Amino acid sequence: MPPVAESTLGVRADFPILARSFDGRPLIYLDSGATSQKPQAVIDAVADHLAAHNSNVHRGVYPLAQEADAAFEGARAEIAAFVGADARTTVFTKNATEAINLVAYSWGDANLGAGDAVLITQMEHHANLVPWQMLCRRRGAELRYLEVDERGELSLDALDAELARGDVRLVAFAHVSNVLGTINPVAEMVSHIRAAGAVSLIDGAQAVPQMAVDVNEIGADFYAWTGHKALGPTGIGVLHGSPALLEQMEPFLTGGDMIASVDFQDVTWNELPWKFEAGTPPVAEAVGLAAAVRYLSALGMDRVREHEQALTEYMLDALATVPGLRAVGPPGTHGRGGLVSFTLEGIHPHDIAELCSRDGVCIRAGHHCAQPLMRCLGVGATARASVGVYNDCADIDVLVSALLGAREVFAL
Amino acid sequence: MDDLYRDYILDHYKRPRNFGELDPHDLEALEHNPLCGDELGVHIVVKDDRIEDLRFHGHGCAISQASASIASEELKGMTLDEVSELGADWMIDLLGIPVSATRRKCALLNLKVVRGAVTGDHAWPV
Repeated sequence: MPPVAESTLGVRADFPILARSFDGRPLIYLDSGATSQKPQAVIDAVADHLAAHNSNVHRGVYPLAQEADAAFEGARAEIAAFVGADARTTVFTKNATEAINLVAYSWGDANLGAGDAVLITQMEHHANLVPWQMLCRRRGAELRYLEVDERGELSLDALDAELARGDVRLVAFAHVSNVLGTINPVAEMVSHIRAAGAVSLIDGAQAVPQMAVDVNEIGADFYAWTGHKALGPTGIGVLHGSPALLEQMEPFLTGGDMIASVDFQDVTWNELPWKFEAGTPPVAEAVGLAAAVRYLSALGMDRVREHEQALTEYMLDALATVPGLRAVGPPGTHGRGGLVSFTLEGIHPHDIAELCSRDGVCIRAGHHCAQPLMRCLGVGATARASVGVYNDCADIDVLVSALLGAREVFAL
Repeated sequence: MDDLYRDYILDHYKRPRNFGELDPHDLEALEHNPLCGDELGVHIVVKDDRIEDLRFHGHGCAISQASASIASEELKGMTLDEVSELGADWMIDLLGIPVSATRRKCALLNLKVVRGAVTGDHAWPV
């Protein structure tokens, strides 16, 4: 690993938006946990598709339609391979939220009833919480939570204790927490869940952009993630599912493209993965996401993780010099992704973010779509700085000086 | 001097007027700012159709807390009819700082709470 203070992937120039400035101050983008910026290669791939290869897919016989088909299904193969999955069990959705809803409706409604339980964790994003609340409400099942300890981590013993109660049918959890940064031991959790005969779903929205993920190795029944956090466009999410479960499940959304045949009273479904893709799919978005995973693969996901870990270590050390700052989440960076959530005594997170923005620094403030977790942490909101492949230590230095400036404005 | 975080805004933030609880009270409401999870509640004592006394409670940013504190001094003594007529401009003018579109709800949360308590209308003030 290079010396921490020099950690950079040297790719800043690939991201045209980072040349922008606001009130003469260069953009310092530290909100990649919300969405990533896009490299020129992704922008070009989307533009080229729309300019030269656009047609609807799975329908036309003319050459242009065949090009669009090849681009779309080729993108699926590339995106699946990026995370060690099969194209046949890789379903495109609108985002990770829709991917999770797909499972909650299609698998959940058919398999859950009174006396059953769904187990999730206290660190879940609303996207991996509300769909299960709604499912349990529809089916009269119970929703239970695995606790997050004071280090921001889950306990395998607590998981085993819950599974031993015998009523848990599905366990859903984040690979990497969007608030705490915690990297959960997903493969180990999945093996415990499988041994107990329950189904597992992982929300990988934060994980896929920042570390090598092999969904086959992890072995979860379902793994959901989203394109826009992984350098790709908005409007495309990905669901990898176990072939056996996907085969059994009824479709979530219905309409065109997902049927084999329709008559006035009956319908047979298309095969996987198209059974779950009603209507015209996100074609240009898939092409863009394929370009994004190609870009990430060329960088090397192990290098990306190494870089972001070094940067996070630098950030934790730098933030510790700011008086009154309290960082939440696991100690150190081994079990933490590329983000730090924090509070600053005497300044509300909204005001922190507002004052940082005056120095061109973009950070997120609020509950991060995780209100139950905020209550566990005993805070109404936090500020969050999250890094991407394009950040370097100089960005962190600007953040720290902005935070010190915020303390001055508040006369602290 | 900072445009937004002026001395009087910070003063109201750090030493908010009329914060706490009032028991017994005649009217109450509790509202959230869904953007940030901030929470603000109010207790109101009514006498002769006027706000005789009120207290805010909850947590929020400097803009939302200062707005509530500044508004509280004006709201005391107003008739319930007058309160129900108050709009967003009243609050923004009273605050006296340039409030960006994203911070508007921070500034208006207290008025939303008070109007909710008085009229039962829980819509954002316009």
